[in-house]
Amino acid sequence: MSEKIYGQSRVDGITLLLYFVLVIFGFLAIYSSSHGTEQFHLDFSTQYGKQIIWIAVSVVVGAALFLIDVRFFEVFSYAFFGFWMLLLFLVIFFGVEVNGARSWFAIGSFRLQPAEFAKFGVALALSRYVSDIDTDMKSLRYQLITAAIIMTPIALIVLQGDAGSGLVFFSFILVLYREGLSGNVLILGIAAVIIAVLTFNFGFVVLVAALVILAGIITAFIYTNTSMLKWVWILALTCIGYSKGVDFAFNHLLQEHQQKRILVMLGLLDDPQGLGYNVNQSKIAIGSGGFWGKGYLQGTQTKGDFVPEQHTDFIFTSIGEEFGWVGSTVVIVVFVLLFMRISMLAERQRSKFSRVYAYCVLSVLFFHFLINIAMTINLAPVIGIPLPFFSYGGSSLISFTALLFLLLRLDANRENELDSYY
Amino acid sequence: MTHNQNRSTIIRIAIVFFALILISKLFYLQVISDKYAEKAASLSIRAVIEFPDRGLITDRNNEIIVFNEDAHDLVVHFPFNKKEFDLDEFCRLVRFSKNEVEERLANARSSRYNGKGLFIKNLSATEFARIQEGLFQFPQFSIESRSDRKYKHNIAAHTLGYVAEISRRELERDKKEYYDIGENIGKSGLERHYEELLRGVKGKKYYLKDNTGKLKERYENGKNDTKAAVGKQLMTSLDVLIQEYGEKLMAGKTGSVVAIEPSTGEILAMVTSPGYKPDMFAIKNLGKNYSKLASDPEKPLLNRATSSVYPPGSTFKVAMALIALQEEVITPNTRFSCSNGFHLGGLTVRCHSHASMPNVQYSIQTSCNAFYCNAYREILHQDKFKTIEEGYNNWRGYLVRMGLGSTLGTDISSEKPGNVPNAAYFHRIHGENKWNYARIISMSIGQGELLLSPMQMANMSAMVANRGYYYTPHFIRGENIPNDFTEKHETGIDAKHFTTVIDGMRAVMTNGTGAYVQIPGIEICGKTGTAQNPHGENHSIFIAFAPKDNPKIAIATVVENAGYGATWAAPICTLMIEKYINRDSVSQRPALENKMFTSAITDKTKHE
Repeated sequence: MSEKIYGQSRVDGITLLLYFVLVIFGFLAIYSSSHGTEQFHLDFSTQYGKQIIWIAVSVVVGAALFLIDVRFFEVFSYAFFGFWMLLLFLVIFFGVEVNGARSWFAIGSFRLQPAEFAKFGVALALSRYVSDIDTDMKSLRYQLITAAIIMTPIALIVLQGDAGSGLVFFSFILVLYREGLSGNVLILGIAAVIIAVLTFNFGFVVLVAALVILAGIITAFIYTNTSMLKWVWILALTCIGYSKGVDFAFNHLLQEHQQKRILVMLGLLDDPQGLGYNVNQSKIAIGSGGFWGKGYLQGTQTKGDFVPEQHTDFIFTSIGEEFGWVGSTVVIVVFVLLFMRISMLAERQRSKFSRVYAYCVLSVLFFHFLINIAMTINLAPVIGIPLPFFSYGGSSLISFTALLFLLLRLDANRENELDSYY
Repeated sequence: MTHNQNRSTIIRIAIVFFALILISKLFYLQVISDKYAEKAASLSIRAVIEFPDRGLITDRNNEIIVFNEDAHDLVVHFPFNKKEFDLDEFCRLVRFSKNEVEERLANARSSRYNGKGLFIKNLSATEFARIQEGLFQFPQFSIESRSDRKYKHNIAAHTLGYVAEISRRELERDKKEYYDIGENIGKSGLERHYEELLRGVKGKKYYLKDNTGKLKERYENGKNDTKAAVGKQLMTSLDVLIQEYGEKLMAGKTGSVVAIEPSTGEILAMVTSPGYKPDMFAIKNLGKNYSKLASDPEKPLLNRATSSVYPPGSTFKVAMALIALQEEVITPNTRFSCSNGFHLGGLTVRCHSHASMPNVQYSIQTSCNAFYCNAYREILHQDKFKTIEEGYNNWRGYLVRMGLGSTLGTDISSEKPGNVPNAAYFHRIHGENKWNYARIISMSIGQGELLLSPMQMANMSAMVANRGYYYTPHFIRGENIPNDFTEKHETGIDAKHFTTVIDGMRAVMTNGTGAYVQIPGIEICGKTGTAQNPHGENHSIFIAFAPKDNPKIAIATVVENAGYGATWAAPICTLMIEKYINRDSVSQRPALENKMFTSAITDKTKHE
């Protein structure tokens, strides 16, 4: 790319390069999974043809960000947030239903998924709020407002029936951690996940019995230390209460297909024909790739359409099959390099808004990357979220591009920022 | 801000950590585990099999006995995608009810092998035409063509054996993984023994298929495909002329005939009766005939020529005479007295009326029992032996070298060893070396513990015809005969002793027990036998070879429960010899021939 000078700094070439590497790699995978032939011929009715359009639109959108005043996004961040929350709300009533979720607007043949763009809105609002000079992360009021910014879209998306896309927003906790949220919160979160998994595995009753026995044994050892004893029992009761909550939520709040999904993922339910079908086919396609892969356009599972949703959520299977472990590792390494670069960009920002925003970008991209690839190899439940820059589809590619390019825009302007926000 | 910058480091480490987890799991799936590659291949690759024609089987004169006709099966490929399957349309095509289709699908699934299950076996010509036309709509089904056996000469069922669908156990034993479910394999006889030669090599063309089972392009441009190679023709040693003739002669009788070319060991004919026609076991007929024949009390599936064993009776005297001469305990002029039998204390072995004091040649001609009782004593109790065991083992060694009492190792697998007991057996009964020739005297005249198969008797006859050696009897002829069948088995008996014995066998035909069946113009040498059978009427036995000089055929016949050897077995043997040597000319003994063709021997006692 040619070097564009804004103020005294310029667009970060490394990020741009990594971005294009990923987009091109993604296009190759889509080309293969949508029956591209060895003789390339341009046909806009095919998925790979449409993806070319989406790439072009994304680049145009990304470039357009450089034409808008850099203050614009910060000033209007709450407005952005409000706008996308409104769309998230409206889509519940006016959206079309796809795969049991009402999360798409349809205008003619054009379809738009507001949840993809809402990440952008939340990132801006969160950056604005957290970087605000008045915000004190230690006060309860600010913590509640921060939580509201994150939880509002989750609630709306869950109401659409697309819990998977909602989970993405929890990734913003990473931003908060960077900005001073106590590490105990993360530990608490991890403990919560472990207790939930144990509840699914052994059932609520067994868990209660185990906790009571454990607390009883501890009591026998430290019965003289009454203040510690008190805390042991409070902790045990909290765990029991939480476990009951999980149990209740699982049995009464989740729909049957979501319950099954969780059980299949935890290996408690074997279901190669039904829900496990995607994952099974996905593992077969990836696993059969071997060390070097079967060669580009030579994937037997890719050609035979064995992996459902291969061009969207399961696009990584095409990489795994045709480029093998080497190709998969290269893709993962490129992603990791991009994340390292973003984190570096974040740390060199003089404006706190820019830094928080950079961590928002990092969190969202990393969460998608991790969960998407993990679900194709059965390390995470199948929640329908795309692999950034790879998966077919305009909404996700445009929103990820805009998310990243705004960071480049902010970074290019960093020399003009005063340290006033620090 | 150092505190928070530490956190950025923690975040970076966490990212790398999670990425390493992904890479490790991928390494496990893609590099360490190979089950996914196998699963992928079974889902996305289909081998289309090209079956080569099975090799023809001919007789020794290149006359075709077995050839092929096409048979077709409808097979279904798994995993089966029901979403793409139009059940109603398919029911119309195969003309089954929905229930029947479902049931057959379930059966095919449970018995599938390598992703392929049998849906309809052996389509009729009209079914084949109709289904083939509409099958393009059902990519998960395909028609596979095999060939079935047809018989130009509907003879020699037990020798030829049959071909049928491979069983699950055979599939499991197939270590080279050549066979697939529904494929055919030689099940018995020559079809089984020469399976690899006859079957050829099937060809495979690999195609990619999609998730609906539709075939797409060739997998890796046909790089892994293999070409089919046609099965090789098997020339057997059988002579259609006498095999067919022997089966007619043995009709209505129970027993068997084995004829061998002495100079090569080639089996010219092997008849067993009652039997069955080989086309009853062609694939399309097997189902309706197999259980019927298997449960038949007459045991038509039993190959009596190799699997039934009998006391050889007086035919064994030929071997006894040779051993006595070789051991020099008698000379051609040695005479033993016979007063209507052999008497020792309370023991009597009766004999037929003949002039007393026979020499060895006369003893064969008249089948004198007393001569061999005496000869047995002389053989077993020589001065050079310290114990009866030594003497007995010396005698037994001759029998072993003659191929008696153990399987010969022919190229069909139904052989029984018969019985020539070892010394330990008698030690157990009578006490260690506390027995002598008198205790086992009945073996000297081919009775007692002694049991031989008709094949072994025919082989003994061939050994005599050869003047002292034999080749393992076998059915394969032409080039590339296994070495086992070209190796000469010496018996250690000098050729000069055969002159005496063969003269005796010739005298049997001219003046002795077989005179009644001699044929003008053919110098047959023979020996009758009448084996006592505790279960019923005696077995009629005859061994012979002809001509006396440069013998062309050696033969043995056993007719169960038929009485004297001269009455049934001898006529059948000599008619076979006449047919083999004179070929197409009419028998000089039409009345005898007709009697053999038409008589049935039924003896109720044999079923008890």
